[in-house]
Amino acid sequence: MSLPDYLPILFLIILSTVFALASMLAASKLTPKRVTEAKSQPYESGIVPETGLDDRERFPVKFYLVAMLFIIFDIETVFLYPWAVAYGDLALFGLYEMLVFVGILLVAYAYVWKRGGLEWAE
Amino acid sequence: MDFVAPKIALSGIAPEIALAATALLVLLADAFIGDRPRTLRPEHGSARPGSGILGNRWHLPLLSLIGFGAAVYLALDAWDRVDATGATTQFSGMIAVDGFSVFVKITLAVFGALTILLGHEYLVRRDLEEGEFFALVLFSVAGMMLMASSADLIVTFLALETFSIALYVLVGYQRSRLDGQEAAMKYFLLGAFSSTFFLLGIALVFGATGSTNLYGEGGITSFLATTPAADLSLLVLGAGLLIVGLGFKVAAVPFHMWTPDAYQGAPSPVTGFMAAGSKLAGFAALLRLLDVVLFPLRWDWRPLVIGIAVVTMIVGSILAVVQDDIKRMLAYSSIAHAGFVFTAVIATNDRGISGALFYLATYGLTIVGAFAIVAVLGGPEERRTRVNDFRGLFAAHPLLAGILTLLMLSLAGVPITSGFVAKLVVFGAAVEAGYTWVVVVGAIASAIAAFFYLRILVVMYMVDAEVAEEPKAVMGPLSIGVIGLSAAATLVLGLFWSPLIELAEKATFFAGP
Repeated sequence: MSLPDYLPILFLIILSTVFALASMLAASKLTPKRVTEAKSQPYESGIVPETGLDDRERFPVKFYLVAMLFIIFDIETVFLYPWAVAYGDLALFGLYEMLVFVGILLVAYAYVWKRGGLEWAE
Repeated sequence: MDFVAPKIALSGIAPEIALAATALLVLLADAFIGDRPRTLRPEHGSARPGSGILGNRWHLPLLSLIGFGAAVYLALDAWDRVDATGATTQFSGMIAVDGFSVFVKITLAVFGALTILLGHEYLVRRDLEEGEFFALVLFSVAGMMLMASSADLIVTFLALETFSIALYVLVGYQRSRLDGQEAAMKYFLLGAFSSTFFLLGIALVFGATGSTNLYGEGGITSFLATTPAADLSLLVLGAGLLIVGLGFKVAAVPFHMWTPDAYQGAPSPVTGFMAAGSKLAGFAALLRLLDVVLFPLRWDWRPLVIGIAVVTMIVGSILAVVQDDIKRMLAYSSIAHAGFVFTAVIATNDRGISGALFYLATYGLTIVGAFAIVAVLGGPEERRTRVNDFRGLFAAHPLLAGILTLLMLSLAGVPITSGFVAKLVVFGAAVEAGYTWVVVVGAIASAIAAFFYLRILVVMYMVDAEVAEEPKAVMGPLSIGVIGLSAAATLVLGLFWSPLIELAEKATFFAGP
C-alpha cells in the first residue's frame, strides 16, 4: 500500500478529533449549570454511593469484580454482532468457531456463578 | 468479497488445545466437584474437610497431569508426522510444525507437570486454593508451547501475553504475603511495558517488510531473500525491539530488573516454573527469530546480542554473590544462565540451537528441584529463605543437603552434573562459530558464579553452636518425588548426556518457506 491509500484513516482521525472537541465545546457552552449535592457524588452504577463526598474510604473490591465480569461478557457481544452480520458467508465454519468461543466463556460464567462471584451480599 | 474458510488442521496446535481444554475442565471440576467454601476469599473458609497429605481434592492435580500427558502424546504424534513428511506450517502459515517446536513442547510439558506436583502439596499445606493454580499453570504452558511453534509475529505476541498474564497472577498467588503482591505488581507493570516494545518491534518489522509472517508467501524470509541488503535499517530496528521484548522474558541484562523481586515474592513452585518455563519459551522464540528467520541479517543483530550476552553473564554472576536471600541469589543466577544460553544464540549454527535446547532442558530440571528444596524449607510464608537459614542443614537433613549440593554444583557447572555438559555444549558451539572471547568471558563469569553456590554449601555443612533455629523440612511424597526426579535427572544427564543431546540435534530442523 502506498501512502495515499492511508488518507481515509487520516480523515477519520481528523473527523473524530473535531467531533470530540466540538461536542465538548457545545456541551460546555449550551448546558445550564446547576450543581446539586447528588450530582457531585461519585457515580456507582446507579445505586446510592456508599461513600460520602469527602471521605476517602476504600471502595469494595466487588465493584472491580463486577466491572471485569461485565467487560468479559461485553467483549462476547462485540464478537457476536459481526458474526451475526457475516453469518451467511461464514456458514458452518463460523458456527463452530462461535461455539468454541461461547463455550469457553460459558465455562468462565459457570465458574464465577458457582464460586459466588455474582453474589452481592456477604 | 467472498469469504474463504481457512484450511485448518488442528493437529498443529493439538498439545495447546489439550492443555487449554484441561484447564477449562479443571475450573469446572474445581467449582462443581467436592466440598468447598463458597467464597472467593480463601482466608474466610479455611475449613477444609479431611485434609490429609494429598488433600481431599486430589482429582484436580490428577486431571492436570492427564492433560500434560495428553499434550506429550499429541506432541509425539506430531513428531512422527514431521519425521515422516518433513516440517510444515499450518493455519495459513501461522503455526510451524517442526522438530524444534515438538522438542520444546515436550520439555515444557515436563516442567508443567513437575510444577503441578509441587504446587499441589505447597498449596494444600498452606490451605490455599488449588483449582485456579492448576488452571493458570495449564494456560501458561499452553501459551509457552504456542510461542515455540509460532510462525507469525502476531501469534508470538498472543502466546507471549497468554503465558505472561497467567504468570502475573501466579506470582501473587499467596495473597496474604505482601512481598508476593509487590512482586506481582512489579512483574505485571514491567511486563506490560516490555510488551509494548515487542509490539512496536512488530510494527516496524511490518513497516519494513509488509508482513508479520515468518515463512509464508511474501513473508519476512522471502522478503530477505529478494531484497537488496541496502535498505534494511527499519527491519534491523524492529528486530532490535523484538529482542528487547523477548530479552525481558528470559531475564537478560539490562531488562532483568523485575527478576529478583518477582522470584523472591512468588511462591517457590511458581518461581521454579518461571525460571524453567518462561526462559525456555522466550529462547524458543529468540532462536527461531534470530538464528533462522533473521539469519541473513546476523551481522547486524549479532553485536547487540553479544553485548547482551556478555553483560548478562557478568552482571548476573556478580550481583548474585552479594545476595543474602537464596531466592534472590537463584534469581541472579538465572540471569547469568540466560547469558550462557545467549552464547549459543550468537553461534547461529545447528550446534548452538541444539545446545541451547539441551541447556534449557537440563537447567529447567535442575532449577525446579532447587526451588522445591527452598519451598520445603521456607516455612508457610517462605520467611526462612536467607542463606543463614540453611545453617546446619546437613546435620538436620543429610540427604536433602546432599541433593542440594548436587543441584548447586550443577548450576555452577561442575563435572558429572548436567550443568557441566550443558555449559560445554553451548560454549563449544560459540567457539566453533569463532567467538572464543565471549566464551572466555563466560568462563570467568562461571568462576565468579561458583563462589555463591559454594557459599550455600559451606553454610549448609557448617557445624557450629550458634544455629538459631535448625532448618526444618516439611515435605510429603510429592515434594520428595519432584526433588528426587530433579536430582536424578541432574546426575543421569551429567553422566549419560548423549541420548538427550542427540535428540536435541535430531529435533533441530525448522519449517521453511
